[in-house]
Amino acid sequence: MKFDTPATTNPIDRLAVVGKPTPRIDGPLKTTGTAPYAYERHDAVPDAAYGYVVGSAIAKGRIVAMDIADAKAAPGVLAVVTADTAGKLGKGEKNTATLLGGPGIEHYHQAIALVVAESFEQARAAARLVRVTYDRADGAFDLAQARDGATKPEGGKSDSDVGDFAGAFAAAPVRLDATYTTPDQTHAMMEPHATVAAWDGDRLTVWLSNQMIAWTTGDLARTLDMPKEKVRLISPFVGGGFGGKLFLRADTVLAALGARAAGRPVKVALQRPLMMNNTTHRPATIQRIRIGAERDGTITAIAHESWSGNLPGGDPETAVDQTKLLYAGANRLTALRLARLDLPEGNAMRAPGEAPGLMALEIAMDEMAEKLGLDPVDFRILNDTQVDPAQPDRPFSQRQLVECLRRGADRFGWAKRVPTPGRSRDGRWLTGLGVAAAFRNNLLTKSAARVRLDKRGGVTVETDMTDIGTGSYTIIAQTAAEMMGVGLDRVTVRLGDSSFPASAGSGGQWGANNSTAGVYAACVKLREAVAGKLGFNSADAVFADGEVRAGNRSVPLAQAAGDDGLAAEDGIEYGDLDKRYQQSTFGAHFVEVGVDAATAEIRVRRMLAVCAAGRILNPLSARSQVIGAMTMGVGAALMEELAVDKRAGFFVNHDLAGYEVPVHADIPHQEVIFLDETDPISSPMKAKGVGELGLCGVGAAIANAVYNATGVRVRDYPVTLDKLLDRMPAVG
Amino acid sequence: MRPFTYERAASPAAAAAAVQRNPDARFIAGGTNLLDLMKLEIERPIHLVDVNGLKLDGVEPAPDGGLRIGALVRNTDLAADRRVRRDYAVLSRALLAGASGQLRNKATTAGNLLQRTRCPYFYDTDQPCNKRRPGSGCAAIGGFSRQLAVIGASDACIATHPSDMAVAMRVLDATVETVRPDGATRTIPIADFHRLPGDTPHVETALEHGELITAVTLPKPAGGAQIYRKVRDRASYAFALVSVAAIVQPDGSGRVALGGVAPRPWRVETAEAEMPQGAKAVAAKLLAEARPTHDNAFKLPLVERTLGAVLAEAKG
Ligand SMILES: Cc1cc2nc3c(=O)[nH]c(=O)nc-3n(C[C@H](O)[C@H](O)[C@H](O)COP(=O)(O)OP(=O)(O)OC[C@H]3O[C@@H](n4cnc5c(N)ncnc54)[C@H](O)[C@@H]3O)c2cc1C
Ligand code: SF4
Repeated sequence: MKFDTPATTNPIDRLAVVGKPTPRIDGPLKTTGTAPYAYERHDAVPDAAYGYVVGSAIAKGRIVAMDIADAKAAPGVLAVVTADTAGKLGKGEKNTATLLGGPGIEHYHQAIALVVAESFEQARAAARLVRVTYDRADGAFDLAQARDGATKPEGGKSDSDVGDFAGAFAAAPVRLDATYTTPDQTHAMMEPHATVAAWDGDRLTVWLSNQMIAWTTGDLARTLDMPKEKVRLISPFVGGGFGGKLFLRADTVLAALGARAAGRPVKVALQRPLMMNNTTHRPATIQRIRIGAERDGTITAIAHESWSGNLPGGDPETAVDQTKLLYAGANRLTALRLARLDLPEGNAMRAPGEAPGLMALEIAMDEMAEKLGLDPVDFRILNDTQVDPAQPDRPFSQRQLVECLRRGADRFGWAKRVPTPGRSRDGRWLTGLGVAAAFRNNLLTKSAARVRLDKRGGVTVETDMTDIGTGSYTIIAQTAAEMMGVGLDRVTVRLGDSSFPASAGSGGQWGANNSTAGVYAACVKLREAVAGKLGFNSADAVFADGEVRAGNRSVPLAQAAGDDGLAAEDGIEYGDLDKRYQQSTFGAHFVEVGVDAATAEIRVRRMLAVCAAGRILNPLSARSQVIGAMTMGVGAALMEELAVDKRAGFFVNHDLAGYEVPVHADIPHQEVIFLDETDPISSPMKAKGVGELGLCGVGAAIANAVYNATGVRVRDYPVTLDKLLDRMPAVG
Repeated sequence: MRPFTYERAASPAAAAAAVQRNPDARFIAGGTNLLDLMKLEIERPIHLVDVNGLKLDGVEPAPDGGLRIGALVRNTDLAADRRVRRDYAVLSRALLAGASGQLRNKATTAGNLLQRTRCPYFYDTDQPCNKRRPGSGCAAIGGFSRQLAVIGASDACIATHPSDMAVAMRVLDATVETVRPDGATRTIPIADFHRLPGDTPHVETALEHGELITAVTLPKPAGGAQIYRKVRDRASYAFALVSVAAIVQPDGSGRVALGGVAPRPWRVETAEAEMPQGAKAVAAKLLAEARPTHDNAFKLPLVERTLGAVLAEAKG
């Protein structure tokens, strides 16, 4: 189905199932521990041997010698895979560094060997016996130092330049020119990357934990130099990904190689202490923001430049993109610069670009509001735009940023905020309120599904879409139930299998809208098949209550399906609506913090997000997405930082003890409000996404609240107590 | 983890003897620290002697009016003990500030005293570390040292002792009771129990190989306001950046020990004379010899400010 004109009324608009708060249909599997996650697929593969990964002990250089004799001779060991024994490997299109290193080493903890043994413990013990001699090379590990050598990234993102930024900025009566930094961050999802691999002749099946089945199937085939048709991926449940599982990773390649070498199925989970340096991470940024405004607060000039680093062939962190669209202003400039660094590969993490970009931009807006003597909510409202500022004939399909800000301010009690910082106290706590805008674009990607109607009137949906804890199973079931006029209990959803039609996958908050639109398309086709079989005019047929009706005839779906059932496959494809309209999601975050007057410990007290993101398909799972994102925002604002050892070139705090993410005690009362919105430009579902929107801006709202509480402006994340201490009031 | 053999000891002396016989043997109590370290091969025992069945899990009154805490008393039980909560509140508070409920259910009194550092380089076996591999160097010096020691450290090692409980024990003047393989017992004042690193950072305590802790004894209650204040980036489940254990008497005199700043619980008795003068004076004496790194210099003002807050709280 081609979607190239705005949606009109369709069966989804009935909202009998879609749009209703619906508990996850896969919830009982998860709460009873019976959801089949990759590493526990004993049901499918009862006899898997265990693989344990050896990571490089240097960040850059060469392996001079590798002695695997002792490891091979250790009890229970079945095989040792290294670059020497693996044969020639290709590289995935989406990978920057190779997934099995040696002799060249591209980053710390790059996998250099897999030890396969009868038990996990044997594999782990034997892995310690692999002895490696390295020739260490110098590398670049310090972004601040590499910044001057940074260049325009090749291909892809170019600078943007509208009007005359330099002139307008110089002429502006009120100006801000400030630099912000965000650190490297790791996804720290609960489930590590894990794979079970089994060969059947020259066919390979992998059970894994992956967000993007079609990408990863292609990249696995490419890496192993085999036809894609002979590779099958199965990933029905994913214990969190946040972008860390978008791509083929070492667990999958090594499990496949290990299984080939051992002559039996092999399973591999990346060890937690390896994950931070072995896999991808969100790269650090240095961001310079300049804003010029008239005295009345009208922005006349806005510029955002960002520097990040990556391995050769890697991409920059696109931290400036939202600045092209979020606020009005006739003169604008954005630029990305990329430095070469020899740290592990930087790549997508939840709201890539937007999350760190807004962490900077939304502090800058707070600083600017203060310079102008304006309330930060009012300042944002004043500079709202309903069109793409660079192309005024290109409107936003929907844009309720102002409504989000107003509604949130009202609900949160923003009017009680004391504008002068450091003036509000509650016992030992200095308290403060902060606000930030949330903004994330809506991305359109084609997505397909297969739908079957069986002789009992049951509907089965199959698509390679993934559920990474987001609730995909449930919104897809809701969509099919709405379209076919059956109850949720009549719908079975099967996901995450490369033998199913290719979907949008889970990433960039595009999953919900695109994958359900694909299911919508397949259901439209199935409805036509049902109507056709019954001799109904499909335009008149009404699917409801397990029946199909037209005129005064009604036929139960089970009967319509017949003994053989009916099936249809289709997908959604998009025209140019996203060129003609800017499609984005909006929100406003409000936060109250307390800062201990003595120790400067920062604790969040209250959080509110107001979101406008198209039709909310399932308010329950959408809310979970947003509160999860807000929680991640607390981490980003207050604690998360991969500490770089700039001498040896690696992330030092590479386990969950050293890399702190929020715990329950850090998360206070959270409230989420969704504004009523349907966006007929986005898809027949009229939905967009919320999973990343919820993270965008949270960090800045917290940093701004800390400023309001203390009067200390921290521009380098995370905002930790050591950055406040010397400006805190005297104790006692 | 290397393959290991395992036995349950019949008596404290037998346990001590079993460990002494084998240089690569270790006691195992709750296992919450030892097992993690074994999985990473930071600890590499080939024989484990389980001391959980030795009936060292009681809390009894000591003859001098103090309290004798068995080595195997779980952190949860100790924190909840009525006498501890009433008479040694600083200890109860310190315990509850540590780890998580699940870990405290397993963790023992002796194991807690003997837990090893949380220096991140100690945990990465691909990095040099004098504590893990004597003579290999110290990756933390000149590296990421935000969590590490500001005082008492050496050119060989700047790790901290991570225990909360031990800081309270130090301010309470506890003594550690042990039994040796020959059955002889001795008591070690807590002040002498943990060693400073010098040039042998792998030697962390006064214990000999095979010497078993049987109990930790607290002297009779010290009274006063007893406060434990732990400062950290997140609200729970994190080691201290800085912690303060204090006993403050109504006249302003008292005692104070620090956690998170040194290779052992940090107490300087002469600094306590300054307590009536306030936090600044005490902190100045406590940290007179401090040699912080660029990353952790903030701990000095943080100690002073936290102590200030504690003293203010004690005044009520
Ligand atoms: C995730 C995590 C977070 C934590 N957070 C904190 C925290 O915030 N604050 C804090 O203070 N602690 C914290 N801890 C540490 C925890 O308190 C210790 O792991 C625990 O106290 C160790 O006790 P155990 O009985 O399990 O010791 P084990 O692991 O059994 O033993 C530790 C050591 O003591 C030796 N040993 C044990 N018993 C005896 C004995 N009777 N005589 C002689 N030697 C003995 C063992 O041989 C071993 O070397 C944390 C631990 C974890 C895993
Ligand atoms: S500080 Fe101590 S524990 Fe840490 S690396 Fe240096 S020697 Fe090892």
